Amino acid sequence: MSLGSPIVKEYFRSDRLPHIWCPGCGHGVIMRGVVMAIDNLKLDKKKVCVVSGIGCSSRASGYMDFNTLHTTHGRALAFATGVKLANPELEVIVVTGDGDCTAIGGNHFIHAARRNIDITTIIFNNKIYGMTGGQYSPATPLHEVGTTAPYGTVDPDFDICKLAVGAGSSYVARSTAYHANQLIKYIQKGIENKGFSVIEAISGCPTYYGRKNKKGDAVDLMNYYKDNALDIKAAEKLPEDKKVGKFLTGEFHHEAKPEYVSEYMKIVEKVQKERSENE
Amino acid sequence: MSKNVVKLMQGNEACVEGALAAGLQFYAGYPITPSTEIAEICSAKLPLVGGKFIQMEDEIAGMAAIIGASLAGLKSMTATSGPGFSLKQENIGYAAMAQIPCVVVDVMRAGPSTGLPTAPSQGDVMQAKWGTHGDHPTISLTPNSVREAYDLTIRAFNLSEKYRTPVFLLMDEIIGHLRERIEIPNPDEYEVFDRLKPTPNDKNYKAYAVKEGEIVPRMASFGEGFSYHVTGLVYDEYGFPKTDTDVAENLLNHLMSKIDNNVDDIITYEETQTDDAELLIIAYGGVARAASKAVKECREQGMKVGLFRPITLWPFPEKRVNKLTQKSKKVLVVEMNLGQYVIPVHRVKEPDSKVFQYGKVNGEPISPDEIIKKIKEAY
Ligand SMILES: Cc1ncc(C[n+]2csc(CCOP(=O)(O)OP(=O)(O)O)c2C)c(N)n1
Ligand code: SF4
Ligand SMILES: [Mg+2]
Repeated sequence: MSLGSPIVKEYFRSDRLPHIWCPGCGHGVIMRGVVMAIDNLKLDKKKVCVVSGIGCSSRASGYMDFNTLHTTHGRALAFATGVKLANPELEVIVVTGDGDCTAIGGNHFIHAARRNIDITTIIFNNKIYGMTGGQYSPATPLHEVGTTAPYGTVDPDFDICKLAVGAGSSYVARSTAYHANQLIKYIQKGIENKGFSVIEAISGCPTYYGRKNKKGDAVDLMNYYKDNALDIKAAEKLPEDKKVGKFLTGEFHHEAKPEYVSEYMKIVEKVQKERSENE
Repeated sequence: MSKNVVKLMQGNEACVEGALAAGLQFYAGYPITPSTEIAEICSAKLPLVGGKFIQMEDEIAGMAAIIGASLAGLKSMTATSGPGFSLKQENIGYAAMAQIPCVVVDVMRAGPSTGLPTAPSQGDVMQAKWGTHGDHPTISLTPNSVREAYDLTIRAFNLSEKYRTPVFLLMDEIIGHLRERIEIPNPDEYEVFDRLKPTPNDKNYKAYAVKEGEIVPRMASFGEGFSYHVTGLVYDEYGFPKTDTDVAENLLNHLMSKIDNNVDDIITYEETQTDDAELLIIAYGGVARAASKAVKECREQGMKVGLFRPITLWPFPEKRVNKLTQKSKKVLVVEMNLGQYVIPVHRVKEPDSKVFQYGKVNGEPISPDEIIKKIKEAY
């Protein structure tokens, strides 16, 4: 994606580029996935609102040419809930990090999922706190290291997709920065889903996660995702020993169920109707 | 003109009625005594007027949601009390920084921590001023009656829309739960101010540039066709993050001066017999009711006592307090805390005048008799 491409001209604030991300950071690929999904769906740009928290990943909102809201650490979903309920016409998309969404923002995450509010959340999961220099996050795999876990973590990591399903999301999928086309497809389906959609996008932070955990550079991280991502459907047919060391990708959940804002608007209509009948 | 409706109402209820009169369309919050009635009444009334109510997972989320809703164009409010007010602080700073109009009601209860949940206090006065980190503007209004809770809630919305900043309505539990008969004003008896917006299709719209002769940038709602960025980082006139020292300085100057240059519009107060007062009482909110009784009694006994009641707590009415302390050489600040509003009084008082403070934090309201006793000691 060069700076002169039509996609960049249409959807990015070119005067705000180049971005702040390190060379080889996976976040750029995921951000591109978000705009490609929006482009494929031919959404009205004026009605798209991108909300983010704080972190390297959350800086993505500033580069995209929509109504963009860069909030406080962990709180993107709570701000987004206000935006969506106030103006249901807006297509609200949240971009967030593994720390932003599942540590400090964990409470907002499970409650947005529980409400099944029509917001699409893309979690840029690099398994580390990138912006603050490589501390471990709730997504850092058990026993791996971060600057605050020099001897390895002892607290197990979240399976973010299971968490999202358990809390009530109606669409949940995982892909990686390597699987760019699959990622775009999932984001698209997430946006189309009327309800709370979670797309966990495995990203690479070569600067901290890769270096600290001796997983190599940006290319090595990409190769790791390429070689170890196992599609959930394929996994069903594989014996256990073939799944060791792999992680699952694919669509984990898709269900039609009542959406928060529509349900609330039914109440508004009902009580207004009753009132006008009584007057 | 139609006759005014008279109703028996609680301070918290009057606050909601005032908010609706000002155009409230969105409420988000988390229940906490003694502010809960505000949420309950909003949940019942907002849908009736096509507005929206949401009970969020915590106070942080409530504050975040009202900022989001305000950006989407709705007049928004949250209400809380001590512990919840603490939780909201980070996002209050965000609203101050990003210049998002909204109203935050804090019905003060005795603290610190969980304290005495149902007991009155005025312990959040300094938190209202300094609760969020960094230098920031603050507007806080405090009512002393149910009717004033109504009027000041309207005013809180007006000021937040006009100056694009969060405005606090600091009620103490006394007023929040007080039941009084109030005359509901007719719409032609109060002003409602709505934020200035860019003209549709304004090709030169810059989200954070202030037009010549105006106080704050015009605010487009999300979805109206102006694609712009909002952030809590230091930002330029387009709303984009910048780290240049001059951009930071200009922004902070703007945030502070939009309030500092308009204190005469923002500050209101009430005075009783201050003209010849030799001892000036300063009291606000529920305590001012007791203070006003004390002043009356002391006058009957021949003591020259007057009452200054700030209605706008912040910005501090320093010109007026300075002036009054020049005349009366003694000042008694009475408040339900251990010495908060007395601090700025000390700072701006006339050098020769003496300042006393009477505070109480055991959960019991301050009575007129207690104040009279203190007046006699100081007089
Ligand atoms: C209240 C608060 N606490 C801590 C921070 C510091 N902080 C900024 S970003 C960040 C972690 C971000 O991690 P993640 O969400 O995974 O994003 P990444 O940078 O890895 O993309 C932290 C701890 C903050 N800005 N605000
Ligand atoms: S620190 Fe890591 S996450 Fe942040 S920009 Fe650099 S590579 Fe990306
Ligand atoms: Mg991260």
